[in-house]
Amino acid sequence: MFDLTGKIALVTGASGGIGGAIARRLHGQGATVVLSGTRAEALEALAGELGERTQVMTCNLGDPAATEALVGQVEAEAGQLDILINNAGLTRDGLAMRMKDEDWQQVLDVNLTAAFRLTRASLKGMMKRRWGRIIGISSIVGVTGNPGQANYAASKAGLIGMTKSLAQEVASRGITVNCVAPGMIETAMTDALNDQQRERILTAIPMQRLGKSEEIASGVVYLASEEAAYVTGQTLHVNGGMAMI
Amino acid sequence: MSNDIAERVKKIVVEHLGVDDAKVTETASFIDDLGADSLDTVELVMAFEEEFGCEIPDDAAEKIVTVKDAIDFIQEHS
Repeated sequence: MFDLTGKIALVTGASGGIGGAIARRLHGQGATVVLSGTRAEALEALAGELGERTQVMTCNLGDPAATEALVGQVEAEAGQLDILINNAGLTRDGLAMRMKDEDWQQVLDVNLTAAFRLTRASLKGMMKRRWGRIIGISSIVGVTGNPGQANYAASKAGLIGMTKSLAQEVASRGITVNCVAPGMIETAMTDALNDQQRERILTAIPMQRLGKSEEIASGVVYLASEEAAYVTGQTLHVNGGMAMI
Repeated sequence: MSNDIAERVKKIVVEHLGVDDAKVTETASFIDDLGADSLDTVELVMAFEEEFGCEIPDDAAEKIVTVKDAIDFIQEHS
């Protein structure tokens, strides 16, 4: 099940907790994995751990030209791009009333606009080959909202809307476009919470625990696989029951 | 030479859209006469670019409506 042998995947934000777990799982299913991010050292360490079938390509997704060039670089060096994982994301939290334009813009640029640019660049090759998987890592807050995260929630909701539109555009060409929406996952982002915040969050999660990055990666592997060929335009919520949408 | 380009263009259209070659006249519109959807027209442009080794910018691609438009563009740019 879920065999990805021969497929080539690009994972953005692969130096992060969820991105790294996604890269590991795709690699474990046989895919060649291109690890992208800004922290070369962390990416090299992951590549070293995974061994063969990995490549590192650093890229600052806040830079439009570099973002445009990334897919071409993958196609030139790895051969083609079959699976695009738009995982990279950052937060610049703050109450909307106090949110600076640059905090809004930076989050939208990296979380949403870069995902669009990478997607647009990858479609040509996928359309020619009549096969492609584009998976955006959204978030529960893109659907439920979260105080202090107007920018982040907007970017994550934007991914879902973009996904639904693209899915309709390219469905007839064997390309599926989906999202995975994590709830509260144990990563550097949630490590920053204090005990009181953590306690309050747990009361809202029926599973009474945070999720693991690997549990997000499992959803991604499914959507990337041949077995999910008839699933498109969907958002798979992986959140321990925190929101049932 | 120009006939050669015209024939190659028509061959791509026939193959890509799966239409009878008799329907692929120079005045035929990809969308109105040959049943192409907007995504088909994008793919046709990609196929022309590959076949003739040229680049068709987006603003030029938008003006390629008929078979003749495609032949003319390629003749001028190859």
